Amino acid sequence: MKSFTYERVDTPAAATAAFARTPGARFIAGGTNLLDLMKLEIETPGHLIDVSRIGLDRIEPTSDGGIRIGAMVRNTDLAADAQIRRDYGLVSRALVAGASGQLRNKATTAGNLLQRTRCPYFYDTNQPCNKRKPGSGCAAIGGFSRIHAIVGASDACIATHPSDMAVAMQALDAAVETIDTAGKTRRIALADFYRAPANTPHLETVLAPGELITAVTLPKPVGGTHIYHKVRDRASYAFALISVGAVVQRDGRGHVAIGGVGYKPWRIKAADAELPRGAKAATAALLAGAKTTHENAYKLPLVERTLASVLAQAKG
Amino acid sequence: MAIPEEFPISRRGLLAGGAVSVAAVSAAGSPDARAAVEKAPSRPPTARVAFHVNNTAHELELDTRTTLLDALREHLRLTGTKKGCDHGQCGACTVIVDGRRINSCLSLAVMHDGDKITTIEGLGLPGNLHPMQQAFVEHDGYQCGYCTPGQICSAVAVLEEIKAGIPSHVTADLSDPPSVTRPELRERMSGNICRCGAYSNIVDAIVDVAGVKA
Repeated sequence: MKSFTYERVDTPAAATAAFARTPGARFIAGGTNLLDLMKLEIETPGHLIDVSRIGLDRIEPTSDGGIRIGAMVRNTDLAADAQIRRDYGLVSRALVAGASGQLRNKATTAGNLLQRTRCPYFYDTNQPCNKRKPGSGCAAIGGFSRIHAIVGASDACIATHPSDMAVAMQALDAAVETIDTAGKTRRIALADFYRAPANTPHLETVLAPGELITAVTLPKPVGGTHIYHKVRDRASYAFALISVGAVVQRDGRGHVAIGGVGYKPWRIKAADAELPRGAKAATAALLAGAKTTHENAYKLPLVERTLASVLAQAKG
Repeated sequence: MAIPEEFPISRRGLLAGGAVSVAAVSAAGSPDARAAVEKAPSRPPTARVAFHVNNTAHELELDTRTTLLDALREHLRLTGTKKGCDHGQCGACTVIVDGRRINSCLSLAVMHDGDKITTIEGLGLPGNLHPMQQAFVEHDGYQCGYCTPGQICSAVAVLEEIKAGIPSHVTADLSDPPSVTRPELRERMSGNICRCGAYSNIVDAIVDVAGVKA
């Protein structure tokens, strides 16, 4: 691991001010992904700003009947929160489908959104990777691509986003609240939060340098049946090959987002409209234009069948 | 300890004991230590941290890169906690911090200022075992034993998590409190890998401590 200096701050404003003083710094909270990547020298910050004690650890109602989840709320606490379990069960279900008990105790809401891909070529510093080292190439294209993206990828990167929670958040129309180094706050729909890889796969979100996530908000509860179905190589403690997060109403209408297929949780509004017609129609809309390799072509029928299972389960 | 001339401070030398690294900072007056510091290409940044481990207060000056795991093992000599993968994948390093189990390998020691940390040594020692340690012995919940301290710390915390109503992937209904069942225990213990495959005996041990018929 490269050496770094360390400071702990007490407030979000102090965090962004510290960043402004030390360009190239990184915020650290749970650290379960960042520290792992620092050990491999994939991340090499010269300065760490510890934001784990800046507050932002509450779950509270918003003025429009929704809910605001502080950036520092731990994954365990979010999954266990009584209101989240009651009104946003999809979030609880997605969280407990991910990682391990130990990791969920540390990992934060904002950090979960910002975790980086599990592409093995991103992790292997002997391999070219445009995300890790811009311009070096992509070893996954033409390599072992079983776990890689089938939608939204580019000639520079076919990595997927590994988060389960983000899939639930996307299906529920979440938004991200931030503060920047000038103290300005803004709200970004999660749908607009992740950048397509294009020729710059190292740029993963629309956050500016030093811009800090302060909360994730969800609109008022939509009712319905909340189902998160994750397909993986092990029954527990494995990343998704694909996952389906859905909220389905009695009349068959609903929202659906797919994990494990692209650089972000995959949600297509036109696919939501197809849900009452069944999994085949909805999947066709969701994965229109999918580009597969011989190793990940299985994801197309797997998404359709998993969605069919989810819709059948929702009917009860 | 023979240290080659050209490597006045080796990583191994530093890791050989907290006493060594602390001394290098505090005993700057000693000619040897000063010479060593001057010869080193650049000294890595350090920070002070104070925390309680197994009810004993400690204050350390650490290279900022030191994980909680390395602080416990290499600086405090609490070698019960094990380094398996060092990447949060195996659970051998599991300790309990402020009542919650975490992977100590994926946490910086300097971020634990003021925390209360419990390691396997703090749960119980030979002659005065924690019920979970006793149950692992009685049920043969291990073979080689390397993952066992992490398994036991995790298991103790798992029962508390169920008591606190924290749901898991296999909890059937999010509106009902979870109960101690074998599927719940297996799911909740999935972050602790046992290469010897003692899983069924580990679950037996936890069921025994929970005092339920599962």
